[in-house]
Amino acid sequence: MYPRKFDYVAPGSLDEALGALGDDAKVMAGGMSLIPLMKMRLFSPAVIVDIGRIPGLDSVEEDDNAITIGALVRHGDTASNGAIQANAAALAKAAALTGDVQVRNRGTTCGALAHADVAADQPAGAIACGAVMLAQSSSGSREIPASEFFVDSLTSALDADEILTGIRIPKAGDGEGSAYDKLGRRGGRSDYAVAGAAAWVKKSNGSISDARVALTGVGTKPMLAESVVEALIGTDGSESAVVAAAEKATDGVTVLEDLYGSEEYKSHLAKVYVKRAITQAIAAI
Amino acid sequence: MATTSVMGGSVRRREDPALIRGTGTYVDDLQPTGVLHVAFFRSPVARAKITTLDTSKAEEMEGVVAVFTHDDVSHLGPLVAQVPIGKLRPLLAAGEVNHLGEAIAMVVAESRYQAQDAAEEIAVDFDVLKPVIDLKEAASDDVKLHEELESNILHTWTYHGYWDALGLEDQTPEVDAAMERDDAVVVSLEMKNQRLIPVAIEPRSVIAEYAPGYDRFTVHSSTQVPHALGGAISKTLGMIASDVRVIAPEVGGGFGSKLNVYNDEILVAFAAKELGRPVKWTETRREAASSTIHGRGWIGTATLVGTKDGEFLGYKLHALADMGAYTQNFTVAIPLLGLWIASGQYKMPVSWTVDCVVTNTMTTDAYRGAGRPEAIYYLERIIDAFAREIGMDPFEVRKKNFWQPEEFPATMGCGFALDSGNYAANVDLLMEEADYPGLIEMRDRAREEGRLIGIGVGSYVEVCGFGPAVLAEIGFSWSEYGLPASFNGSGLVRVNPDATVTVVIGTGPSGQGHETTWAQIVGDGLGISVDKVRVLHGDTREHPMGIGTFGSRSVAVDGAATHAATLKVREKAAKIAAHLLEASETDIVFEDGGAHVAGSPAPRVEWEAIAKTAYQAHTSPEDVESGLEAHTSFSPGNATWPFGSHIAVVEVDPETGNVELLKYIGVDDCGNEINPMIVNGQIHGGIAQGVGQAMFEDAIYDSDGNLLTGSLLDYPLPTAADLPSFQLDRTVTPTDVNPMGVKGVGEAGTIGTAHTVVNAVVDALAPLGVKHIDMPLRPKRVWAAIQEARG
Repeated sequence: MYPRKFDYVAPGSLDEALGALGDDAKVMAGGMSLIPLMKMRLFSPAVIVDIGRIPGLDSVEEDDNAITIGALVRHGDTASNGAIQANAAALAKAAALTGDVQVRNRGTTCGALAHADVAADQPAGAIACGAVMLAQSSSGSREIPASEFFVDSLTSALDADEILTGIRIPKAGDGEGSAYDKLGRRGGRSDYAVAGAAAWVKKSNGSISDARVALTGVGTKPMLAESVVEALIGTDGSESAVVAAAEKATDGVTVLEDLYGSEEYKSHLAKVYVKRAITQAIAAI
Repeated sequence: MATTSVMGGSVRRREDPALIRGTGTYVDDLQPTGVLHVAFFRSPVARAKITTLDTSKAEEMEGVVAVFTHDDVSHLGPLVAQVPIGKLRPLLAAGEVNHLGEAIAMVVAESRYQAQDAAEEIAVDFDVLKPVIDLKEAASDDVKLHEELESNILHTWTYHGYWDALGLEDQTPEVDAAMERDDAVVVSLEMKNQRLIPVAIEPRSVIAEYAPGYDRFTVHSSTQVPHALGGAISKTLGMIASDVRVIAPEVGGGFGSKLNVYNDEILVAFAAKELGRPVKWTETRREAASSTIHGRGWIGTATLVGTKDGEFLGYKLHALADMGAYTQNFTVAIPLLGLWIASGQYKMPVSWTVDCVVTNTMTTDAYRGAGRPEAIYYLERIIDAFAREIGMDPFEVRKKNFWQPEEFPATMGCGFALDSGNYAANVDLLMEEADYPGLIEMRDRAREEGRLIGIGVGSYVEVCGFGPAVLAEIGFSWSEYGLPASFNGSGLVRVNPDATVTVVIGTGPSGQGHETTWAQIVGDGLGISVDKVRVLHGDTREHPMGIGTFGSRSVAVDGAATHAATLKVREKAAKIAAHLLEASETDIVFEDGGAHVAGSPAPRVEWEAIAKTAYQAHTSPEDVESGLEAHTSFSPGNATWPFGSHIAVVEVDPETGNVELLKYIGVDDCGNEINPMIVNGQIHGGIAQGVGQAMFEDAIYDSDGNLLTGSLLDYPLPTAADLPSFQLDRTVTPTDVNPMGVKGVGEAGTIGTAHTVVNAVVDALAPLGVKHIDMPLRPKRVWAAIQEARG
């Protein structure tokens, strides 16, 4: 596993890092997905911009309205951070189910999001929790809703000159709960998702007043299950209502077959995990 | 002279500190001065004629020293194989390729990166042919894969016909007649025992250094068989074996994959000699997946016939075994190891036919268990189906048909005799340890609640301790590699002048803890602390004879040889001690680092004095030669036949098909144990690999011959996090095949596990009517079986 030649820069500041970006450069944080791809020569960027030494990107900030997770916050920290657990349980759980211990100690939440694997855990968590992606370039910054961030397999909405410096998640209010669950490729919850779902629900006056449900592992990208959300909002969140909403899990979704499941099986799993995630989210309120 | 027991306690593994701290030395850690690096250009297609092969651009790349192709090495002939049935592997592709990953060209460069970059610049035109991957299609001979062979079926192993000299009778008529009986219950299943990738943690690695002034090699390789490798290099390159020193330093797992001698090892040596500089190659993980041997790969139909009362009347198996494209070391002989245990622990006639079939895939050969997990899988799965059919408890059925303790040695239809066993007692202990009735009650209660809990049981007997000289008659030796035609054990024990002990053995660890186990054998035998015993292995210069580590043979064969050498040394030491104590040598006993007369602890003489005396002529007894060492060979009269029984408890999620392994309980019997902790470790790893086959692993080639599982991303291995804590115990039925009564345990866990787990999942789904699911039991398959059963 020997990558092709590349240049490596490790800037000490964000400005410097942004300056080093170009058409054939790639940002590296933990390197847990990037390095294997390079070693297999499936991906050979000319320049690696290692943002690992930039100060200030490795913290989780909390204010009255939101939590901001910096670009260098590791999966393990996202999983165990009390504020994230309390306000974005779906993302914390997704981080806890990412990779193995070594990967969780090295890889970053923002790195996994920017990598945009179709079967990764945290994209679903981020979409469900209503995260906003904070993209920065030399010419300015912009905010991208997580639901619009995942464009295609291994393709995010980030431009080549942008770095995902962090994500912002609104703090949970009364009557809100979220959860993530999946079937892993190794069975149980281990490894990439054969199918997984994250759900965030808000209950007011006994009915579901708002919801976001996201799928991973099923289609060409992690995505919002819009038909499920439509079907769920306004119901009482009872078991039958959840089951009925979950039936719409793959409406409008092109389900992709892989080594771990046929189209039929993965479509079925999408419904199962949407149901489980919503049920757990409601229980977490 | 009193004997001290070689059976020790759970002495901590002395090799672990270096291995855990990363201070051990593996081949890739070595960096000889001026070393060159190799990258292979490997075939991206499964079957093709090579129409043009252009290495000119690669040769001009920065740092490239040489690029070798078949034309450069054709004079060396193909890779040496011990059982040369089939097409032998060319060192580099000879105008055609026959599987994905076949080496076409070898690039040697100043750095590994330069070599890899240059390998990408090699230009090949292929005339691509449709490969044959499917075993049944290959066996039909519709497309013959090697022109020079009559058929894609290289060989057929049958129970009666595998060894003419034995004059065995064909038991097929007996089995067929049983099926015609009015009271016969016949159960039959077609099952797959899927192809696996061995995946040792340390990939293979080799460094060859050639000394032109002396025409000598020093080769470091991550191998289980340094002596065989030395033999292959010397034979291929036209040298004498003692001029090729092979060293296997730390070896990070082998499981049979490093029991082969490979073309890359020969080529690295060739290049070192051609170029006059050290040459190194370490395979990448992806190369390991496509170009190091695979294991298993059978499809077959097993049929059991018996009575409603549970008496077995006969067993039949017809299977196709995938050999891959080329024959390497023992390739075609691997199913024979299964044949020897075809009847398992049961007394019944057997009709067993396994066809060895060529396909356009990587060669298969020995992978932990090698033929035995396959054979036991078919047998134990069909016994389970039979028990279910007649409504009898699966343990009860087994116990009804076991060989009884008084029947040992029990000669099976295959001509070999099971050495010793008490199978029913083994099952009884397992049922007690597991609280089997309690488990059944728990399962039945859960079923009433709609949960799918299953209890799987399974037994196994294996054949190991490969040492009997008679095996050489049917090809099991290293004779093609220039070694003596026998799997003899050998051990060399030397008490040094300072009373420390050096032990040199012809078998080496790839994780098994030889250094500790052998220190116990010798230390206990001499009454010397294990801390003073050093065990050397894996160096052909240190030891003239080495068969290597495979087939769970090390302790039972080389360990027994070392034990015998220890006794010889002790005998001589007793003479010296008697001389020093002015006593009779027959009265001398050794303990706690010294010797004394039996029954009177004082006076005593320390080992230091005995050792010093042995090396100084003026004080040693006149009739005793100088020195204190012995080298002993050991040729057992029979293999050893360990056995055991396991229970798995699983829960299936009916919604997703996910299988959770809740409990795993095993009672194994490997005879006497030298170090129970190490035995536990072997069984733990073995069970993990068995669970890996049952639930996770699957080497999948698509119909074009692409390996879809060529990285660990798509070849899931079991990890500690995927497994429950194992509950293990043992019965101890010593063998009389060797004086220590030990049988071997390296493969037991693997052989005992896969069918146990599948039996459990089928048990969980039995209320739905599911009769079988092929491995690996990934959720998608289990879910599909549930859907099918529910209609």
